Amino acid sequence: MGLWLTGYAVLMIKVAVILTGVLLLAAYLVLLERKLLGRFQARIGPNRAGIFGLLQPVSDGIKLLTKEDVIPQGAHRRIFLFAPAVVAATALLTFAVVPMGPDLHLGGRKIPMVVTDMNVGLLYVFAMASLSVYGVVLGGWASDSKYAMLGSIRGAAQMISYELALGLSIVPVVMLAGSLSLVDIVDAQAGRPFILVQPLAFVIFFLSAMAESKRIPFDLPEAEAELGSGYHTEYSGMRFGMFFLGEYVQMQVLGALTAVFFLGGWRGPFLPAPLWLLVKIVLVVTAMIWIRATLPRFRYDQLMGLGWKFLIPAALINIVITGFVMVGI
Amino acid sequence: MKELFLIVHSLCTGFYTTLKHVFRGPATELYPEYKRPLPARSRARIILTADPDGRERCVACYLCSAACPVDCISMQAAENPEGRRYAAWFRINFGRCIYCGLCEEACPTAAIQLTPSFEHADRDILKMVAEKHDLQVDHCGKDQNYNFYDHAGVADAIRPKGGHVNESPPVNVRTNMP
Repeated sequence: MGLWLTGYAVLMIKVAVILTGVLLLAAYLVLLERKLLGRFQARIGPNRAGIFGLLQPVSDGIKLLTKEDVIPQGAHRRIFLFAPAVVAATALLTFAVVPMGPDLHLGGRKIPMVVTDMNVGLLYVFAMASLSVYGVVLGGWASDSKYAMLGSIRGAAQMISYELALGLSIVPVVMLAGSLSLVDIVDAQAGRPFILVQPLAFVIFFLSAMAESKRIPFDLPEAEAELGSGYHTEYSGMRFGMFFLGEYVQMQVLGALTAVFFLGGWRGPFLPAPLWLLVKIVLVVTAMIWIRATLPRFRYDQLMGLGWKFLIPAALINIVITGFVMVGI
Repeated sequence: MKELFLIVHSLCTGFYTTLKHVFRGPATELYPEYKRPLPARSRARIILTADPDGRERCVACYLCSAACPVDCISMQAAENPEGRRYAAWFRINFGRCIYCGLCEEACPTAAIQLTPSFEHADRDILKMVAEKHDLQVDHCGKDQNYNFYDHAGVADAIRPKGGHVNESPPVNVRTNMP
């Protein structure tokens, strides 16, 4: 009984630490993105709230919490209220399987630096990624707005197109690691990160993961130019904030997964393990921001074409080649 | 193959361009800290200037008021014992003013002028109504030399009859009989 309680307490502490870290990082990723976008566009970016604008996330939070929360009259109330939570929660839940470092030995107990080491961790990640589309679709549908509806339909179509490529691009990684557990995948990269042996898989994974997280240039579900602002047109206040938060948590998820699958996870010299993971996450996020600063939004047919006609065949070919090489060796 | 090269090349060009901007540094001017000196002819707050003698230029002719497309200028003309017209009161409602500069163009005496000073936003719209003493300044504004009364033909203590620019001295009608 006592052991069970300690285990529970350790788990709760881990969850608390990771949740706090992820939410804090999400808030400051917004600032990082705005600052970097500013630099890419030869301007300064937010610099008024606090020194270097460091209090910007705090003031954004206060603003979102104090804004009026409008619910359209024709909206399906319960689903409308529920949808943002789905987006934020699925993104946050993904972090449950991301290993933050090697096992910790504390008072004779082995504490793994991951909330839960599932042997089907990869499947869990994809399950969460697929679920996140529900938030988008439900939010758009429940809003009783044509723009939101169109945005959510686009979102759904886009997610389906890229889900396949995302899954297939990871297959070679699983083949090399011989496990679906994220902990094992990181362990398999002790020698060299998989990006060196699977550059094509990395590119496919990165592209389809960006499309999954609805980032520019794949931000068709929230195309503000064509659709008002897509699936969250009717949302305001903190409900919009939840969508926003979910998006930035998803950026971190993407960074963390890229790190775990291709960049060696928490592995790296000199620095402590969680810091290495953080560095890799920020690196990936910076690359995404750079892409956002450079590329314009795709046309809808281009987006679908890229997913179905290019990424999926490329991922399949990559699997076949990896198989041949592994058998050959 | 050529198409692929084109795609890669244009992608690289794009990414290089944005990257270049990072190292170029921001071109931003931070407004309250740095106030860019505006050109003298930029159109913002309106003033009523004085003539080179230091007296008010405005002759209350109503032309600015008539030219104003939003009717934000109003005044009341009066005449002093000397025979010079002036505005008994002069009012500009800056809450309505569109800073078009038509009043300045209409003014025959260069009295009403627009200045580059633009920082006069207010939460209370009634504070935006400027009276004559708010508008009057003790300098000539953009035209340092022009003095309407040098040309007007109105005789006063400084310029007697015949003392104006391009004005012939008065003719003694008794000496030019045929």
